[in-house]
Amino acid sequence: MEYKYIGKYTPRVDGRKIVTGKAQYTHDIRLRDMLIGKILRSPHASAEVVAIDLGPARSLPGVMAAIPLAQGKVHYAGEQVAAVAAVDDRTAEKALALIKVDYKVLPAVVDWEKAGEPGAPQVRDAKPNVEKFSEAARGDVEKGFKEADVVLERTYRTNFEIHHPAETHASVASWDGDQLTVYDSTQAVHGVHDGLARALKMPAANVTVIKRYMGGGFGSKLGLNEHTVVAARLAREAGQPVKIVLSRRDNSLCVGYRPSSCQTYKAGVKKDGTLTALSLLNYASGGTDFGDEVLEPTVDLYRCPNVKVEEFSIFTNTGAQRATRAPGHTQGMFGLEGLMDELAAAIGMDPLELRKKNYSTKNQGDTGLPYSTKGLDRCYEAGARAIGWEHRNKRPGEGSGPIRRGLGMSSSIWWGTGVPGTLVDLVLFPDMSVEVVCGTQDIGTGTRTHMAVVAAETLGFEPKEITIKIGNSDSPWAPASGGSVTTPSVAPAVRDAALKAVERLKQVAARKLKARPEDITMEGRAFAVKGADDKSVPFADVYRDLRRETVFHGERSDFPEDKYAFNTFGAHFAEVEVDIETGKVRVLRYAAAHDSGRIINRQTAESQVIGGITQGLSAGLFEERVMDSTTGHPVNPNLRDYKIATSLDIPEITTIFVDVVDDKLNNLGAKGLGEPPRIPSSAAIANAVYNAIGVHVREIPMTPQRVLQALKRKEAGS
Amino acid sequence: MEKRSDKKTPGGVSRRDFIKGVGTGALGTAVLPGLFAQDAVQTKKGRVPVFDKKTITLTVNGTPQAVLVRANETLLDLLRDRLELTGTKRTCDRGECGGCTVLLDGSPVYACMLLAIRADGKKVTTIEGLARGEKLHPVQEAFVEHDGYQCGFCTPGFIMTTSAFLVKNPSPTPDEIRMALSGNLCRCGNYARIYKAVAAAAEKMKGA
Repeated sequence: MEYKYIGKYTPRVDGRKIVTGKAQYTHDIRLRDMLIGKILRSPHASAEVVAIDLGPARSLPGVMAAIPLAQGKVHYAGEQVAAVAAVDDRTAEKALALIKVDYKVLPAVVDWEKAGEPGAPQVRDAKPNVEKFSEAARGDVEKGFKEADVVLERTYRTNFEIHHPAETHASVASWDGDQLTVYDSTQAVHGVHDGLARALKMPAANVTVIKRYMGGGFGSKLGLNEHTVVAARLAREAGQPVKIVLSRRDNSLCVGYRPSSCQTYKAGVKKDGTLTALSLLNYASGGTDFGDEVLEPTVDLYRCPNVKVEEFSIFTNTGAQRATRAPGHTQGMFGLEGLMDELAAAIGMDPLELRKKNYSTKNQGDTGLPYSTKGLDRCYEAGARAIGWEHRNKRPGEGSGPIRRGLGMSSSIWWGTGVPGTLVDLVLFPDMSVEVVCGTQDIGTGTRTHMAVVAAETLGFEPKEITIKIGNSDSPWAPASGGSVTTPSVAPAVRDAALKAVERLKQVAARKLKARPEDITMEGRAFAVKGADDKSVPFADVYRDLRRETVFHGERSDFPEDKYAFNTFGAHFAEVEVDIETGKVRVLRYAAAHDSGRIINRQTAESQVIGGITQGLSAGLFEERVMDSTTGHPVNPNLRDYKIATSLDIPEITTIFVDVVDDKLNNLGAKGLGEPPRIPSSAAIANAVYNAIGVHVREIPMTPQRVLQALKRKEAGS
Repeated sequence: MEKRSDKKTPGGVSRRDFIKGVGTGALGTAVLPGLFAQDAVQTKKGRVPVFDKKTITLTVNGTPQAVLVRANETLLDLLRDRLELTGTKRTCDRGECGGCTVLLDGSPVYACMLLAIRADGKKVTTIEGLARGEKLHPVQEAFVEHDGYQCGFCTPGFIMTTSAFLVKNPSPTPDEIRMALSGNLCRCGNYARIYKAVAAAAEKMKGA
């Protein structure tokens, strides 16, 4: 069936709001009598809080509330200790300076490589700093290594990458009796709602969480934030609304980052490219929390009979990590796909051919189920064609001169099935207006527009005619916008509700036209009787006959989890230029091909892919949190010293969707796309650098220094 | 506007934070004559009057106004917190990202880096003042048509930069566009789309 809007380009229905500055972000919320809340954070990486004296702060004129937050030990610099609410920003700051905290400073370990050494200060009470948190095994790797013609052992490292959303975390809390309303810059209005009720020990029914627009999250705003609870507590104590806005510096300190990884692989391969064994030992660090599991690509992507993975977390006195766009997969893909390229070079094979040789049509992990659909082969072909894969260096580093060019690629695998049970209310009004209500949220991906596209397509309207109401926890349940679930959860629920609405409208039209509902067709804003073109009735008459606003409940259906493995796939190809005298890398051209099922709005889907590539480029070349290993304070806690990609760093980008509709998954065959384009981008660029200079840098970000070190390694012949 | 209480921590204090934090005393007397003396402080040279407020007149989006501003108040503070023009965003708050870009007498400036008193007698244009009623500015139209945003938080800054740039350079090359935008950061990473929007806006403005 040919769609008019689904799969086509639709500009955002709320674009006008965004470009006129009228889109309201949590930063922009201002309530009557609203106070400013501020949080005092521990300057010590490890300490016992002996006493907190709020007295002097409380007696400062203009201070309306002050509460202690730390009890016992603080485990990282930046952990919250106390909070105040005052009439304005300056007064709140002065009040923070007046809080007296008596700390007993304790030994701390900040550097994750030191935290694993014997005698290092213990980060967690009664638990060691190094803990195994993940393992997987199939077959016998030792047997596999014996069968191999070539066995390689390689270590790949990734560093700490900070989300740095444009809008820093912010919450505004307001009480009306025992009813709490919170405006929050969040990826999950329902999640924050549930979390707040638990944290404040109050009935969930009395909490409303609102998020209209947000300036990015990338995982750092996925759950309930500590400062959101603090805002609610301060507001209750003060009897006035309280707004807390975190600083840019706080973003480097206490709201997460992508954990580091140090992945040592050992792989066996036959001369014809058949993988015989893969083992992975990973050390990941997530501060006071576990690191990320990076095993998924290794376990799942390639057909390999013998696999063994062990992963350990190393705990340090730094703030806890948080999910960062495609947690674990970006790190794991960087390691695995680097290894694949080094294996290909070792047996003199085209890296793309090596991947195709070990292609799998079923899940290789614990289920062994066939994929419902897998368009990765088509992504390989389309991407290779777009970049001109045949122009790569046949042997890595075979070019000459100070500027070397190279081509590299990487695969992507992710989930993105969406969440069954997601609910949508679609309301038809007798005046022919349509409203779609859902407790989902737009984190910048264009949720409102894809919802409008699906509703408009199904009902025979234009997307801009549909009113979308989202971002409120009072609306029907939808999952957090993380894990690439929003489109495959919400779009099918909108479709379900709209199909029900059409069924009802056809019944009304059938009555008016004295025909059977199954004979009614819908076209050109009118209902007609099939085969009798003269018998028709315009939309307006049918909607009027509904007589009152009519609600249709839509739900995202379940899917057969025990029959198929559902995944999204992609392949990225990059061309780079490396100056071997300075170590500087420039990405020149880029092609990305994706299989994310049916694309709902090609316009915003392409933006997602462009963003994923750009962030992967940024992380691959520039981004690294640098910690002072003595104090546990970041030394680059701003956007000048923490480098992110700018408009001068962006290559020419081609985006391709292979359009494999997955009818087994949901009524639209749509899958997620948020994370898939972020997964292979650093890896593809790293492999292109390898192809250019003949040595793999094996660590991101690939700073000029690391590139030069790699070149030295090559000279030394290792 | 976050100033840490533990100012010795690395990266915590910028020169600008220092000026914002002082805002009174000797600096005030030296560069800000004609302010209201609110208070006095004891110094080695005796009591010195503190000048920390001044009434300025400026035109914001075509409307002339007079406002009493503190000496350490930035133009961004004034716009967002007092004039309720929240379209201008506070992103890095230290001149690194361009999220707060507004036009001062037609030229783009970072509102977080400009003390409000420096806008005395000037014309300020913010994102709210770009459209003519219902009619969007060509740059705004182009950003909508080409999806020149994702979360939209950096968008007002990009649009203000672009609108000033295209007046100066109506027929930019792709490289000139990239250079002109290099003072604005987009964390969602949508630059490739933004270039297209800027190029399309240039065409629209030529046709207009």
